[in-house]
Amino acid sequence: MTPDERLDATFTALADPTRRAILARLARGEATVAELAAPFAMSQPAISKHLKMLERAGLVAGAIDAQRRPRQIVGAPMAEAVGWLEQYRQIWERNYGRLDSLLEELKSLENQAKKGKPQ
Amino acid sequence: MSNRLELVANGDRGIIMTRIFDAPPHLVFDALTVPALLKRWLKGPDGWSLETCDIDLRVGGAYRYIWKNDDGTEMGMGGTYREIVRPERISQTEMFDGNWTGGEAISTATLEPFGDRTRLTTTVAYASPESRDGAIQSNMEAGITASYARLDTVLDDEQKEQAQ
Repeated sequence: MTPDERLDATFTALADPTRRAILARLARGEATVAELAAPFAMSQPAISKHLKMLERAGLVAGAIDAQRRPRQIVGAPMAEAVGWLEQYRQIWERNYGRLDSLLEELKSLENQAKKGKPQ
Repeated sequence: MSNRLELVANGDRGIIMTRIFDAPPHLVFDALTVPALLKRWLKGPDGWSLETCDIDLRVGGAYRYIWKNDDGTEMGMGGTYREIVRPERISQTEMFDGNWTGGEAISTATLEPFGDRTRLTTTVAYASPESRDGAIQSNMEAGITASYARLDTVLDDEQKEQAQ
């Protein structure tokens, strides 16, 4: 997986409330599929499907097929996803900060022009 | 009302960015459409600058941006204008070179007078041909703010867990 593909998989995995709840549960400690399914009105196969997506995104460790095998959360991809979002916001904050300065300049140029002063 | 940048999810495949600027709409419109002005502010991450900015400002006209990093790395993006209503609306397609966002996005900027200021609302609708749950749009589905809060909680819990 390229970093981009991994990020895609992370976002896709995080786009679902059940999967986020599974992650929140796993953040408190490892759990089996049966334990993960308990709080949800969902079958174990349905929970397994969600787990597969989380595993593909690298958010959960412990794949293979053993139903009783406890799953564990993996932190790095989520930190990466948060980093990416935060980066996106910061880029626009800075762009718009520069735009503020530029607009100040354009306003004063326009005001000078209106007053008929030489520019 | 502050001039803080608001960034929220829009439906299942978009984002809305809102920001107030202390200038009338026609000046903001110029800053969004005149290459020499765009180069002054649309620099992107630190160390990057907008090196190439070609704009054919008419419906069907193309635009092309190329950003360059200090170390010479380039990142390009382009598209065509779908709608131009000076000074209140610009709609354009967006596609990054290498298609790293997964498909073509449609970006619409709306400029509304807000006293003697301008409210700029940028709506981006992402489309991913490869996958309905493509990169950014799935994240937006969840809502940036909501997933942030949840992620914070999860990461916090996780750090506490590891500290024990």
